[in-house]
Amino acid sequence: MTDRTLAAVRVDGLRKRYGEVTAVGGVDLEIQRGEVFALLGPNGAGKTTTVEILEGYRRRDGGTVQVLGEDPERAGRAWRARIGIVLQLTAEGPELSVREMVRQFADLYPRPRDPDEVIGLVGLSAKSNSRLQKLSGGQLRRLDVALGIVGDPELLFLDEPTTGFDPEARRQFWTLIAGLSSGGVTILLTTHYLDEAETLADRVAVISGGRIRATGTPAGLGGRAARAATVGWLGDDGPRRVHTDEPTRVVAELGARFGGEVPGLTVTRPTLEDIYLELIGDEQGEAQ
Amino acid sequence: MSTEMAQPAARTRVGGTAPPLPGAWRSGVGRVGVELKVFFRDKQSVVFVFSLPAVLLVMLGSIFRGQAAAHGLSVGTLFAAGLIGGGIAATSFQYLGIGIATERDQGMLKRLYGTPMNRWAYFIGKTGLVLVCTVAETVLLIGVGMLIDNLRLPTSAERWWTFAWVFVLGTVCFSLLGIAISSVPRSARSAPAVIMLPFTVLQFISGVYVPATLVPAWLRDIASFFPLKWICQGLRSVFLPQQAVVLEPAGSWEHGRIALVLLAWIAAGLVLCLTTFRWRSSKDG
Repeated sequence: MTDRTLAAVRVDGLRKRYGEVTAVGGVDLEIQRGEVFALLGPNGAGKTTTVEILEGYRRRDGGTVQVLGEDPERAGRAWRARIGIVLQLTAEGPELSVREMVRQFADLYPRPRDPDEVIGLVGLSAKSNSRLQKLSGGQLRRLDVALGIVGDPELLFLDEPTTGFDPEARRQFWTLIAGLSSGGVTILLTTHYLDEAETLADRVAVISGGRIRATGTPAGLGGRAARAATVGWLGDDGPRRVHTDEPTRVVAELGARFGGEVPGLTVTRPTLEDIYLELIGDEQGEAQ
Repeated sequence: MSTEMAQPAARTRVGGTAPPLPGAWRSGVGRVGVELKVFFRDKQSVVFVFSLPAVLLVMLGSIFRGQAAAHGLSVGTLFAAGLIGGGIAATSFQYLGIGIATERDQGMLKRLYGTPMNRWAYFIGKTGLVLVCTVAETVLLIGVGMLIDNLRLPTSAERWWTFAWVFVLGTVCFSLLGIAISSVPRSARSAPAVIMLPFTVLQFISGVYVPATLVPAWLRDIASFFPLKWICQGLRSVFLPQQAVVLEPAGSWEHGRIALVLLAWIAAGLVLCLTTFRWRSSKDG
């Protein structure tokens, strides 16, 4: 019961159709306050539709939705002041500087953060007086985050924030998001990058075909921890692999057989990617 | 990496009651400043919206310099009165139509919708922008007209009153229609094409670029369904000598009819705005 009142987001049986196409076919979600929650799924899985319903941009066809205790379809401006939405700017935007953009949005909130502090937080202090047109793609995405957090939100929505980033820009972005989370902001993130979900999220839900296929911690998703491990080594006649529930016993036996080091020894468990592809595969099998 | 990206410190939320949300007026006045910056920094709007009518007036005025239309009236003065009408329409209708379509396409409207901004603040911002730009445009055109064509400022209070109501009704009318037409283009790229072609045609048949007497009657009849012809006619009654009324196809300035047509278009524009305005682009679902 306590958990329920603390939940930042509660979704029960959410449904949304576009004409004949069911985009969301009965989604249940519960996100606790302070959590970083990642919604994982391929393109067209229903991620963006789900998030846009939670943000109050779209109307739903069925189910109940509570975001910070209110129904986004009926919530007013006071509710909007408590959420932050990170959207993607393009370089063809208005002829304004970074500071002018952030200030402009700060002025719309009842209790904004200091614009210069926010610009520093996203690492754009040196670019504060630069026009949008002069920013790189990664810098624009960080400005997007600045505009999303300048109202000091309790809940932040990030829809595929690092699509098109180079690896270094993604790492920097992750540091920023982790910092926001440690500051107490609840974060709902959608992504199709598994490493991103694994690095940032406290919990992950896999969505596919408009339904949640599994929910759990990145390490425990789909009973991953309990899955069989694969022990591999270099035998006399080439590489060998054994699937087992008892990898420790197998390794001990190998150690005894080789009398010390086992050549090319590896012990692997299914990665988040393996689990993910299996969950997505299930759905695609069902569809056919 | 850590040198570039500062670690955010945990931030304590101040307890107690939340401060009130910024009102429409406060946010709207803030937006006027932003709108003006964006307008005057953008080469497109400064060149094609703000300067073009003045450049055309210089060109047309120079080409037809010294040519008399009738009754001691120079053709240049006719152009000046027409282009002031065209200028009013450019800074309200043309700029709002293309500007809002672009903001919608670039997601700026969606972004503003996602904030606690009072929705009217956006329109207060646009109103302030149009007011400043249209007044500046009109002053510029009158100045250019006086320099090259002996355009004379009205001397009677009655003419100033006519000028005031034609200017206000015309600006309000074209602002509402600009907001309404901004929903027609599907992208920022297509917005200038979708809006400029009908707008240019309308200017030709409404007596902006070509004196109304030279426009064939059937085109004049089409033009009289739209507000621009009436605004230009009102402006001619302000800036041209009284005897020039014989050049009017109707033989009269028709002030009552001008006010009626503009008020009708204001009502239609308001209904169109309230029923068709969208905060998101069509490609956004």
